[in-house]
Amino acid sequence: MSLTHYLVLAAILFTIGAVGVLVRRNAIVVFMCVELMLNSVNLTLVTFARANGTVDGQVMAFFVMVVAAAEVVVGLAIIMSIYRTRRSASVDDANLLKY
Amino acid sequence: MIEAPALSLAALAPLLCVFGAACVGVLVEAFAPRDVRHPVQVAIALVGTLGGLVTSLLLVGERQVTAGGALAVDGAAVFLQATIAGLGALSLLLFAERSLDPARSAFVAAAAVPAGSPRDRELMTAPRVQTEVYPLATFAIGGMMLFVAANDLLVMFVALEVLSLPLYLISGMARRRRLLSQEAAVKYFLLGAFASAFFLYGLALVYGATGSIRLSAIREASAGEAGGGVLLVLGLALLVVGLMFKASVAPFHAWTPDVYQGAPTPVTAFMAACTKVAAFGAILRLLYVAFGTSEWTWRPLVYGIAIVSMVVGAVLGLTQTDLKRMLAYSSIAHAGFLLTGVLGYGGGADGTGSGLGATMFYLLAYGLTTIGAFAVLTLVRDGDGEATHLSTWAGLGRRSPLTAAVMALFLLALAGIPLTSGFTGKFAVFRAAIDDGAWPLVLVALLASAVAAFFYLRVIVLMYFSEPAADGPTVGVPGLPTTLVLAVTVTATVVLGVVPGAVLDLAEQAAIFVG
Repeated sequence: MSLTHYLVLAAILFTIGAVGVLVRRNAIVVFMCVELMLNSVNLTLVTFARANGTVDGQVMAFFVMVVAAAEVVVGLAIIMSIYRTRRSASVDDANLLKY
Repeated sequence: MIEAPALSLAALAPLLCVFGAACVGVLVEAFAPRDVRHPVQVAIALVGTLGGLVTSLLLVGERQVTAGGALAVDGAAVFLQATIAGLGALSLLLFAERSLDPARSAFVAAAAVPAGSPRDRELMTAPRVQTEVYPLATFAIGGMMLFVAANDLLVMFVALEVLSLPLYLISGMARRRRLLSQEAAVKYFLLGAFASAFFLYGLALVYGATGSIRLSAIREASAGEAGGGVLLVLGLALLVVGLMFKASVAPFHAWTPDVYQGAPTPVTAFMAACTKVAAFGAILRLLYVAFGTSEWTWRPLVYGIAIVSMVVGAVLGLTQTDLKRMLAYSSIAHAGFLLTGVLGYGGGADGTGSGLGATMFYLLAYGLTTIGAFAVLTLVRDGDGEATHLSTWAGLGRRSPLTAAVMALFLLALAGIPLTSGFTGKFAVFRAAIDDGAWPLVLVALLASAVAAFFYLRVIVLMYFSEPAADGPTVGVPGLPTTLVLAVTVTATVVLGVVPGAVLDLAEQAAIFVG
């Protein structure tokens, strides 16, 4: 397999994630789709690191993982707080603010 | 053996000050007894941000790339860092206001308690205040100051997250109308994470196209081939989308009105002023330093986005009935005006156009005015917190002439009426755009300004020429922190409008990027 296959796979994963964010209604699932997008970026970075013959891309992937972990902490805290109040994590139910 | 990168501590002093204060704040939160935390936290956060302001003023004229090439401390970085630190200190003063709300604070006492539960109602009237917001806000200010100095896309991404994550949290911590506030936090978080994933994918593509994420290396690589290839252009577009989201530019503005309305007003002031400065700092650095040689790749894109943003902000602003929401649309329109300045690039090597200096001046002027406007919003209250509905402001000029006069000044400045800072800023960015041949854009900008002026003036007419309602809101007497903020912002709005020469020169001299 050439490196292009990995890039195309990463692009497909990124697209699945982006579409998921737009069509899924549960905040947790939306959040998982964002994580999928971040991980597809990791795959892209590692592939380019291999193509360029340097480790920069692999180091960046570690940075992305750390940042994603921090984002999980903050995100789940926010989703939990709204779930406890409303008993629902659907993004459609959160509709007090509009227009 | 890995060599340690060269690190100039003097050039990093503003960042160290602010991040140091944030870390100390976390320790205080963990170890200090509850009743002394509030004054201590406020003092630490203010010392940190004012320290950041003073140290960055001492760095004026500094031009170097440090931390192994990851940070560029240049004229623009120092000017914007000083702006962010100053505006951040003013926002922290608004956070610290305790005499307006009967519950003594704008922030919920315990964010983990479900809204509407018996425990929540009990805490609602308790004198307990929550102090975690100060270290969180200080971290956000530090992240913003890092953002404008990032000379490397990875540092830019990390800084973007350092500034965003605390903001997501503090926008969900309003004491009153908690459901709205939590909803704002969820929306802001989900859309923010979505946008940073785009930024990151752009980073990966640019890395693939050029083999580096250093801005200067990207510049060389994109100068080599014609435009730099498909990957590079795609990467640039995704990076721009991620940054435009943070700067709340239409069509990436969907979160702005909701979050501005739902978040506690001091937090809204903080977001409106500081996040905008930071995001535009990063946009300018990315476009001018990394993609300065491939100007014609991004120019049409930014041109179009600027028009959309001005039109969307001005037209939708007309239909709003909530003042916080109206100011949110005003911020979208101003983001479009700022992009007009970004287009005054000049085409040549760094800083030949007057766009950079003009945009930085506009950011300073807009930040000060908008913090002042939100500070006035915290004063006008009814039984359920702040009265932000437009109709409740009818006749405010008769009931409280001073508050109405101050608000009128800020609205006139936002509209860009001469002798206020808004006029000077708009004049500077429009002139920069015309110098660069973008006069059709300036024409659109002038029309959009005229439309936007209508909804600002409508509030002034409502305050002065309508009968006050019998059960209208009361105007609270601000404590020392809010009074200080209002004094500073009013003075700055007038001074930057009447005698802007010195600050304009300063911005002009600071308009230099290294990297």
